[in-house]
Amino acid sequence: MSSPVSADNQGLLDEAEQGSSLWQDAWIRLRKNRMAVAGGITLLVFMVLAILTPWIAPYGYETQDLDLGASAPSAAHWLGTDVFGRDVLTQIMYGGRVSLAVGFIATAVALLIGVTWGAVAGYVGGRVDAVMMRMVDILYALPFMIFIVLLMVVFGRNVLLLFLAIGAVEWLTMARIMRSQVQSLRQQEFVEAAISLGLSPTAIIRKHVVPNALGPIIVYTTLTIPSVMLLEAFLSFLGLGIQPPQTSWGLLISYGAETMEEYPWLLIFPGLALTTTLFSLNFLGDGLRDALDVRGSKD
Amino acid sequence: MLRFVLSRLLQAIPVIFIVITATFFLVRAAPGGPFDAEKVVLPEVKRALEAQYRLDLPLHEQYFAYLKDLAQGELGPSFKYPGRSVNEILFSGLPVTAELGLYALLIALLIGVTAGVFASLKPNTRQDYIPMSLAMIGICMPSFLLGPLLVLVFGIYLEWLPISGWGAIPGDKILPSITLGAAYAAYVARLSRAGMLEILSQDYIRTARAKGLPEWMVVAKHALRGGLIPVVAFLGPAFAGLLAGSFVVETIFQIPGLGRFYVQAAFNRDYTMILGTTVFLSSLIVLFNLMSDVAAAWLNPRLRSQISGGGK
Repeated sequence: MSSPVSADNQGLLDEAEQGSSLWQDAWIRLRKNRMAVAGGITLLVFMVLAILTPWIAPYGYETQDLDLGASAPSAAHWLGTDVFGRDVLTQIMYGGRVSLAVGFIATAVALLIGVTWGAVAGYVGGRVDAVMMRMVDILYALPFMIFIVLLMVVFGRNVLLLFLAIGAVEWLTMARIMRSQVQSLRQQEFVEAAISLGLSPTAIIRKHVVPNALGPIIVYTTLTIPSVMLLEAFLSFLGLGIQPPQTSWGLLISYGAETMEEYPWLLIFPGLALTTTLFSLNFLGDGLRDALDVRGSKD
Repeated sequence: MLRFVLSRLLQAIPVIFIVITATFFLVRAAPGGPFDAEKVVLPEVKRALEAQYRLDLPLHEQYFAYLKDLAQGELGPSFKYPGRSVNEILFSGLPVTAELGLYALLIALLIGVTAGVFASLKPNTRQDYIPMSLAMIGICMPSFLLGPLLVLVFGIYLEWLPISGWGAIPGDKILPSITLGAAYAAYVARLSRAGMLEILSQDYIRTARAKGLPEWMVVAKHALRGGLIPVVAFLGPAFAGLLAGSFVVETIFQIPGLGRFYVQAAFNRDYTMILGTTVFLSSLIVLFNLMSDVAAAWLNPRLRSQISGGGK
């Protein structure tokens, strides 16, 4: 079984791989989905803005103008100022850096744990699989929102801990998806064919299992980022997430909600920034799901 | 069926046990104790207080004493509200949170199922796009943003509805229920659309149509039952989410429910209160997950035979 693949067979395999233009097909399908494309572009713009914020923000992050106080949107301050006379646009841009960073880093943590856990459980199978998935089931039943609130209260508002706590909640579904992917792929004819051609298990995993499992993982990753960002915003709203002097969209919304009667722009603009981002991510995720779903492309 | 329910109940025991143990040691590992906030506490008073709440015992003894009390349904005295037990406080907050959750769930089901079924009947037309785009907005709009916005529009600008309280002024239950239910309505709409689309392409629907059944009968009698299974399966997690989400809504609208007690307890280091709320909420969530699994099995005959077979 583990004899090296002959040169002929390797050539055949390479050719077959090039022929399967799953990613090209997906890309074409994705481009046709206008909402997904718009979401993707919006996200790119937001990310570029977030990266460039220290250079392009209209005002300094700590610049105050106490004489001005809270003012409605104007030519000097496009989105108005808060009670300390701080520029809202600047605040939103800096807050966006934190919110987006939390979204991406916590999702990366979830991805790392989930994919590894699921792949091992699915590939090894048997008793190891049963024990590992049992643990996932038990963790699923824990009321995590409660635990995160508890963690943040107990160990203080540590941003690193926030990433870890959120990542620790979100990996479970990722593990389940990865496991079921690996399991079903192991029984597919093309994997059997690869085995009979004498490919080693590592080569099979690398060339056949991972690329094929990647679709659902990418889709679910895109859909995890918004739920992570929402969680961060929720915690910040409760006063348990990001702490001043740092800021995030959740924190800005929380402050805005306190003074919305007098200064509604302090609530509306950060809310708009968060909602637009979540909207874009969800549409992009949905678009990717449709584009990468090979079964769906038949009908 | 009975066997399925029993085995699920047995499986719930380790879950609850892990919750209790983790929470117990977590709150005690936290910096700061429940009596630190008191301005002047004489050392002997503090000792007496600690003795009263058994905080002077070694940690493992505290743990076993707590488990023993818990086995008798006793959640212990509250640290922050002297003279009141956690049981009392929980049962004063529970009806409020339960009522809020119930209204929110009803709103979610009513709006969600209607919109989802409606959209599924004419996929990829305007009848589909409009409700589904609205659903996406509902998913993307967090309750802590939707709540204040609703208050701003309906409470402050239009002055149609009261902006806080629960049961004091007529109509004050409307805004909190909508705020809590909106996101779930959106999820239910998407789930019921997807479920209905799948069922409507099945052979037995074609058979029903071929029999000459009017379309509304096809939908109401044959498609809904299968098409709503995903929604039923979602109800358990949804209820869990509603309980957790009620923190925010109860804070925004100043509603004296469980959620507010929980957040306050965590801030106050009220050990017994945190533990009691956590245990209570976890048990409720496990129970509701079980109920939604049973309901989903009852709706889906294929799953039912699997369950009564006793296999995995």
